[in-house]
Amino acid sequence: MAVMTYREALNQALREEMRRDPDVFVMGEEVGLYEGAYKVTQGLLKEFGPKRIVDTPIAESGFTGVGIGAAMVGLRPVVEMMTFNFALLALDQIVNSAAKLNYMSGGQFNVPIVIRGPGGPAHQLAAQHSQSMEVYFYHVPGLKVVRPSTPMDAKGLLKSAIRDDNPVIFIESETLYNVKGEVPEDPDFLIPLGEAVVRREGTDVTVIAYMGMMYRAMEAAEELAKDGISVEIVDPRTLQPMDKDTIIGSVRKTHRAVVVEAGAGFAGMGSEIAAEITEDAFDDLDAPVERVTGAQAPMPYARNLERAKTPTKEKIMDAVRKVCYANGGR
Amino acid sequence: MAITKVVMPKLSEAMESGKIIKWIKKEGERVQSGDILAEVETDKADVEMEAFGGGVLRKILVSAGDKAAVGSLIAVIADESEDINSVVGQAGGGAPAQTAAAPSAAKPAVADRPAAAPPQPKSEDHAARTPAPSRGPEAPTSPRVAEVVAQQPAATMAPARPSADGGRVKASPLARKIAAQSGVDLKLIQGSGPGGRIVRRDVEAAQSAPAAAATGPALRPAAQPTVTGPEFEDVPLTAMRSAIAKRMPLSKAPVPHFYVTSEVAMDRAWVLREELNALDGQPKVSVNDLIIRACALTLLQHPGVNASFQGDSIRVFHRVHMGIAVALEEGLITPVLRDAHAKSLAQIAVEARDLAERARQRKLRAQELSGATFSISNLGMFDVRDFSAIINPPEGAILAVGAVRRVPVVTEDGLGVGRRMAMTISCDHRVMDGAMGARYLQDVKKLLEEPLRLLV
Repeated sequence: MAVMTYREALNQALREEMRRDPDVFVMGEEVGLYEGAYKVTQGLLKEFGPKRIVDTPIAESGFTGVGIGAAMVGLRPVVEMMTFNFALLALDQIVNSAAKLNYMSGGQFNVPIVIRGPGGPAHQLAAQHSQSMEVYFYHVPGLKVVRPSTPMDAKGLLKSAIRDDNPVIFIESETLYNVKGEVPEDPDFLIPLGEAVVRREGTDVTVIAYMGMMYRAMEAAEELAKDGISVEIVDPRTLQPMDKDTIIGSVRKTHRAVVVEAGAGFAGMGSEIAAEITEDAFDDLDAPVERVTGAQAPMPYARNLERAKTPTKEKIMDAVRKVCYANGGR
Repeated sequence: MAITKVVMPKLSEAMESGKIIKWIKKEGERVQSGDILAEVETDKADVEMEAFGGGVLRKILVSAGDKAAVGSLIAVIADESEDINSVVGQAGGGAPAQTAAAPSAAKPAVADRPAAAPPQPKSEDHAARTPAPSRGPEAPTSPRVAEVVAQQPAATMAPARPSADGGRVKASPLARKIAAQSGVDLKLIQGSGPGGRIVRRDVEAAQSAPAAAATGPALRPAAQPTVTGPEFEDVPLTAMRSAIAKRMPLSKAPVPHFYVTSEVAMDRAWVLREELNALDGQPKVSVNDLIIRACALTLLQHPGVNASFQGDSIRVFHRVHMGIAVALEEGLITPVLRDAHAKSLAQIAVEARDLAERARQRKLRAQELSGATFSISNLGMFDVRDFSAIINPPEGAILAVGAVRRVPVVTEDGLGVGRRMAMTISCDHRVMDGAMGARYLQDVKKLLEEPLRLLV
């Protein structure tokens, strides 16, 4: 184990996979000479050369399409979105080509592409650059969607995503690039896609949260423990496919659930998880599943309004108290 | 709005109505959250009722001596300026003070209680009539009182479920599942969740609160009717009698009882007890204390008897909480001696006596009346030879103990005189079988016949 940042863990994953498999290459805006807008591809051009670290024009639809074509003929492209909000420009390529070609070709083509980059709210990135983009992708059959919360997960899941024969949407976060954590240095260390993890064990309520929301939920759990409420935190890590067994198993134990997501709540991840819990663990529920979500509004630029739109530790604590029928909720 | 509706609290699982013994606070008096408002007689004990909101006790709707159904409005607390007419008006129509008494018991009290439902004075009149303390800075403001109301535990204050929803019981899925497994009737539970929703904790509380216990015949001697007097009279049920009347069929009908009787030679136990009681500075030990100790120790070896039927499982208890039936004038009550298996004979003697005395004074706390895992009913003091008791659900068994009698016994030399005591265990056949009950009884008998074992 080595302690490194989330950014370094991603860099290490890319480096190891490119050393392991000559078919793996990286493509995107400023990934080469500039070494990545967030420095995830630092040092890669020097090691692997311009044939495998490809700087592209500002043309998401174009280079994503090139990546999909390369994947169809046997390469394993890792396409970087400078921020995932820009993937909207490539949505047709991702949804209509990457996600469907295996199906539409009757299995003749695989599309082993990874599209990665930061997404979700960060610090005052405003309406167009703060979106929780995963919701656009996990709805589409044929795509896998990963949201890694820790350096270890970032490395283990990115390596699994690169080795996966399906298109994988891999959304990081600007707010997590500097988070440090222990990361195994074994080049064969992998975290399988579709496995959730229990971040904190508890007995009274299951909080399902990922990325920055997971860290806020951990803070809320610390506070709530002082009031005698024992919170279990499940981080799904992969949103599609979803590890229902871990989530349902936890809810069967605690009998209550709160789902936290940074994006707007309507038809969001919270709705999906709440529905799954209701279908599979109805008789184990002692309270309706509560959602803590971003407000149904564009992200404001002003810091105070940004905070008002986004789930906070306090909002998570209130929701937990509500499902626990504990007094003092706002 | 800062109106606190004071409702008859549900103070035990079986409680459906309560009687106001007396009001500690008077109309017009300022009260704070936590103040004692009144004393309430329930089926088990006399209990002090607290205020859950602050303000002025504006209206008392149920006078001392009268009964009110659980959840029905009995008083209103509000600031002087609040208009409480609508709240008081609602109380008039709905939730009549329902008593379990026969119709003849309905006293013509309504007539001589004109204060029961007079038109409510307007708030300014009221303020003039009952000069309440002025609103100083310490006086609760409306929002604060509202907060107090919002935060108080709903279990004690939630109004009875309105019949407007067609009698549908609102319960969480988990609460329903647990209730179905444990045989708890959701209709008898007051929900503590939002809108009166019954949640897990409510069902669990109901499970661990068995009502007044089980034994044989009523103890009250029948009145001798005179030839000239009325042919009969209908005696209103006391709260306790009504609880027993409701509770016992719930045991006898669904619980398949079987009975095993054994006779114990009590000669050595009798001698031991006399020796113990001759010691200075030691608590007096009764025969029943010896039996409690023997039963508790034996239950540890026979955990299958210290068990409760749970629908699709049998709950086997690792601790022995011994219910001890205590006869009262108007019925009986079963206080619980907790962790009896872990207590010495002297401790048992002291605690059992204390529980029995406070039971007779009706001074037991609610938690001393629930949670037994096994019970003993002893009618020996009535010179009863033997009898069978009714199991007190959710317990799995109860031991009925008769008197220690001097009887002729066959000895090696011929005929002699010995002390014998019969005991009959009633067992829930869903939990155990005859042989299990018999083996348990055999070991209780062995302990009592070799009573020194009770001291170690």
